[in-house]
Amino acid sequence: MANIELEEDIDVLPPKGVRPPVIAPGHDLGTVTDRIAGIVLTKHTPLFWFGIVALAFAIFGMLNTAIAYLFFQGTGIWGINIPIGWGFAIVNFVWWIGIGHAGTLISAILLLFKQSWRTSINRFAEAMTIFAVMQAGLFPLVHTGRPWLAFYWLFPLPLTMGVWPQFRSPLIWDVFAVSTYFTVSFLFWGIGLIPDFANLRDSAKTMVVKRIYGLLAMGWRGSARHWNRYETAYMLLAGLATPLVLSVHSVVSLDFAVAVVPGWHTTFFPPYFVAGAIYSGFAMVLILAIPFRYLYHMQDFITLRHLQNCAKLMLTTGMIVSYSYMFEMFIGWYSQDKYELAMVNNRLHGPYSLFYYFLIFCNIITPQSLWFNRVRSSPPALFLVSCIIQCGMWLERFVIVVMSLQRDFIPSSWGMYWPTKWDWMTLVGTMGFFTLLFFLFIRFMPAISIFEIRALLPQSKVKE
Amino acid sequence: MTREPIYGVMAEFDNPTDLVHAAQGAFDAGYRKMDTYTPYPLEEAAEAIGAHHNRVPLITLMGALLGMIGGYSLEYWVSAINYPINAGGKPFHSWPAFIPVTFECAVLGASLAAVFGMLALNGLPQPYHPVFNSPNFVRASRDRFFLCIESQDPRFSVSDTRRLLEGFHPLEISEVPY
Repeated sequence: MANIELEEDIDVLPPKGVRPPVIAPGHDLGTVTDRIAGIVLTKHTPLFWFGIVALAFAIFGMLNTAIAYLFFQGTGIWGINIPIGWGFAIVNFVWWIGIGHAGTLISAILLLFKQSWRTSINRFAEAMTIFAVMQAGLFPLVHTGRPWLAFYWLFPLPLTMGVWPQFRSPLIWDVFAVSTYFTVSFLFWGIGLIPDFANLRDSAKTMVVKRIYGLLAMGWRGSARHWNRYETAYMLLAGLATPLVLSVHSVVSLDFAVAVVPGWHTTFFPPYFVAGAIYSGFAMVLILAIPFRYLYHMQDFITLRHLQNCAKLMLTTGMIVSYSYMFEMFIGWYSQDKYELAMVNNRLHGPYSLFYYFLIFCNIITPQSLWFNRVRSSPPALFLVSCIIQCGMWLERFVIVVMSLQRDFIPSSWGMYWPTKWDWMTLVGTMGFFTLLFFLFIRFMPAISIFEIRALLPQSKVKE
Repeated sequence: MTREPIYGVMAEFDNPTDLVHAAQGAFDAGYRKMDTYTPYPLEEAAEAIGAHHNRVPLITLMGALLGMIGGYSLEYWVSAINYPINAGGKPFHSWPAFIPVTFECAVLGASLAAVFGMLALNGLPQPYHPVFNSPNFVRASRDRFFLCIESQDPRFSVSDTRRLLEGFHPLEISEVPY
């Protein structure tokens, strides 16, 4: 890992009509290995890494403070009330779990469609999924107030009282969907890492590092019979993860759609939620990929091609989301149900209408800039657009959760919801926790799948 | 059965084409107990040594069925037998509401079976394997391609096998001790 050449950090746009390559030319099996494994095996951890991890750790501490006080005092420290019993906890849960979905889309669905460009970004997108689902899972857990007791009513555990979870409720479906999703994502990520751990074991210089990665590699030796079974298992997992990821956000949307609350009780929620999830997930992939490739000089592997493709997928799902917003309003009007009409009116003219208009700006107007190749080819512009979309997707969940609960059927039970500082500390805290996990991952595990990149190189093919 | 003093003879190549050519040649010469070691999955190498099919799909299917039946039975037993509760006038055995959890359990069972089945069939985790004794084998996870003909093969003899492998012009040939 001694002589890693640092390439020019400036992205050169190829001439019109030519698409940027998936891997920059001039690499061979050895150089891709050294460049990617070099991030992990280097003796010199970059200074910015310490800075980011220190900051993220401090924010993680804030999350712990907020949660500790919550356990001490109860959910009364949050802004929730009656009628708005679902506040930030559910907004943040849906937001984080949606972010995870792009990771599975990249690693499983694009694999089945033989999109080889996915290879450079699948590993860290899968890590993103796992870490995002961890943040998401935190909210339903802590919103019970006493999570150490929650397991008894979330999971079918035998109790002396003899009661069981209600299996006809989407909330229990959610427990099964999210925990299965986490497990399958973790397995997918884990088996992807085995051959790369073997590589780190073999390239490590010191005994301790060799031992640690040796344990993680489980004795992987790259045997043809092993690869054969490995590839089968990998493809099967991709095939299983594809319907799973669609089911997860569908089930999340059913938490709302099964209720009779105006604005929630619609049949198109599942596809609408899945599209929104992938939309925000790709925004998060770009938010992570753009600084990562810049900080670690990975422009050779995460090229403009990847950024452009992510932007195109973001535009596509963004258009589906825009259509859903239109349809949401249309169904409200078309039903001619007075409560649905009141919901439409409340969105456009109610006390939170500013949030709704801001949502339209973030999620419908901003992504229109992605029609232009110049925006799709400019990492800073893409980063900005992705951040705006991420805000928009969070607002979407806020609008759905709060604006429907706020005014339902009886005006005497209307109310308002404003988050407290503890709500904000928890939300920002999870961002810190996510960043902390992500940067620890980059430092200690290969953030780009080395063996899959090797297989993409032209010299890796068997010649006749 | 007497055990050969060595594990096998290992040939090292610097490109996948030569490796597949050699593996094919050894297979045609009648060798069966052999394996290739490559830094990334090489379908042609598996084909050449006769590793076409595996039992991972079957195990995955069994995991899926087990998860499916287990999930549904749990829901049925809990909701209709052990503690039936009238919820919204729905029947105790309200099967459409049981489908999502059944599906999730099937996916969970299948995924666990695929991963752990694959590891079990591969014999992993394995703390020790003789091929790691071969010089330069650390590059099998980096940029070199290896073919090992094992001493367990009935046709194996150190000198003949070595001569056969030399015909494929490898970078190096070595005997792998146990």
